[in-house]
Amino acid sequence: MATVRIPTPLRKLTQGLEEVSAAGDTIGAVLVDLEAKYPGLKERLCDDKGQVRRFVNIFANDEDIRFLQNLETPVKEADEISIVPAIAGG
Amino acid sequence: MTTVSGLACRECGHAYDKVAVHVCEHCFGPLEVVYDYAAVAKSFTREALAARPTSMWRYHELLPLDGPPTVGAQVGWTPLVRADRLARVLGVREVWVKNDAVSFPTLSFKDRVVSVALSKARELGFDTVACASTGNLANSVAANAAAGGLRAYIFIPHDLEPSKVVATQIYGARVIAIRGTYDDVNRLCSELAGKYNWGFANVNLRPFYAEGSKSYLYEIVEQLGWRVPDHIVAPMAGGSLITKIRKALLELDKLGFIEGGAEVKVHGAQAAGCAPIVEAVRAGRDVLRPVKQPKTIAKSLAIGNPADGYYAVRAMADSGGYAAAPEDEEIVACMRLLAETEGIFTETAGGVTLGATRRLIAEGRIGPDDSVVVCVTGQGLKTTDPLNLPPPPIVGARVAEIDSLLKE
Repeated sequence: MATVRIPTPLRKLTQGLEEVSAAGDTIGAVLVDLEAKYPGLKERLCDDKGQVRRFVNIFANDEDIRFLQNLETPVKEADEISIVPAIAGG
Repeated sequence: MTTVSGLACRECGHAYDKVAVHVCEHCFGPLEVVYDYAAVAKSFTREALAARPTSMWRYHELLPLDGPPTVGAQVGWTPLVRADRLARVLGVREVWVKNDAVSFPTLSFKDRVVSVALSKARELGFDTVACASTGNLANSVAANAAAGGLRAYIFIPHDLEPSKVVATQIYGARVIAIRGTYDDVNRLCSELAGKYNWGFANVNLRPFYAEGSKSYLYEIVEQLGWRVPDHIVAPMAGGSLITKIRKALLELDKLGFIEGGAEVKVHGAQAAGCAPIVEAVRAGRDVLRPVKQPKTIAKSLAIGNPADGYYAVRAMADSGGYAAAPEDEEIVACMRLLAETEGIFTETAGGVTLGATRRLIAEGRIGPDDSVVVCVTGQGLKTTDPLNLPPPPIVGARVAEIDSLLKE
C-alpha cells in the first residue's frame, strides 16, 4: 500500500497520524480508500464534482499530480503521496 | 485596542480565532483577517492620520495586531516619486513610482509584511520564526528577527543570488538552502510548520503577514493627496501583493477616504519565464496552470504554483485591469530605463513591472492621457548579475588621458 503524508489541518480526521497507508492503483482510488478509513477526508480534498479543490496540492513521489495525470495518476506499492496546502509567496 | 475580530476562510467563510493557522480545515481555503470596520472608523480619520508618525503603522487600525508593533516599528512611508522623465519616454501623461527599493531596513516591500508577521509572532508567544523565501523575505525575516530578539530559520532555493544569501546570513539567521525550486522549498516549509513550533512568516502566520502589503497602497493614496491614479501596475509572484492592493483600495473607499471613488485598474506583471497568473488572465481563465520549472532572471517572482493566483486573477478582472509578461531582455532594459530616467535602481522584479507597464501602454490598455503608479518593490543592488554592464575604461591619473578618452 502507498504511504500518504497527512497535513496538520487534516490530522483531526486521522487520529493525529502524520502518515497513513492507503490502497488503490490511482490517486483517485487512494482517496476513495482514505475516505473509507477516515470518513470525511475526501470532502475536505475534493469539491462536489469530485475534483481536487484548488487550494489542495497532491504530490506523488515529489511530483505535483497536475504535471502527471491528476486523479488518474498511477500509484504503485511503496509510493509516497503528500497532501500539501497552498502557501504564500516569499 | 484591537480592531480585529478574528480569521475567516476566504472560500467557505468558516470562522477561526486569532491564532497561528492559515488553512481552513474544512476546504483548505486560505484564512483572512476580519476587521470590525465600525471600530476602525472611530479612530481612523484623516485628521488623526495627519498627526501620526510617518511609518506604515500610521494605518494600525487596518493592520492585524492586538497591540503596538514590537518589531519593525519604523517600516514604511517610502517615497512616491513623480516620474516625468520616465513618463515622457513611455508616452503617458502622469507616471509615479512607489519606491520600496529604499524600504527600511532590508530594501524591499517584504519589510512591511515581516514587521506584521514578527510582531504577531511575539503576540502569539513564538520565540523562533522562519520562512520559505526567494530572497527578499529571507533578508527581511533575518534582519527584523535580529532586531526583535527572535531566533530565525530561513529556507531558500539553492540557486539564489549570492547577494541575497549574504544579506540573510549577516544577521545571524540559520540559513538552509534546499536542492529544488521555490515551490519545493514552500512544500517543505508547509510540512515543517506542522512539526516545529515556529512562526513561519508565510505559512502559519500568513493571514497576518499578508495584511502588511496593504500599507503599500494606503501610502500611495495618501501621498497622492487621497486620490487614486487610473492604473496601478504591480509585480506578482504568489499573487498576494496585488490581491491586497485591491483589498486596501476597497477598504479606503468603504471608509470614505478616496476622492471620487476607487476606480483604479489594477494590472499584474510576471516574467515571461514564469507567468502562470498572467497566462490565465490573458487566456480569460481563472484556472491556473502551474509552471514546473521557472526560467527567468527575476528569481524573486519565480513561483510556479502561486497560492493566491486565483485571487490575483479576480483582483485584476474586478478592477478592469489586465496583465503582461515581459521577456528577460526587456526586464534588463527596463531596469536601466528606470535608473537612467529617474535615478532609481530596482531589482529584476522592478524591471518586470516596468516592462509590463510598457507592454500595457503599447497594447492600449493604458492610454496616453492616463495616470499610472508603477510598483517598485525591491532594490537593484541585490540582483546585479543579469545586468552585464561593460567594465569602465581604466586610464592613468592624467588630464591628457581623459582628454583623449573623451575625444573617442
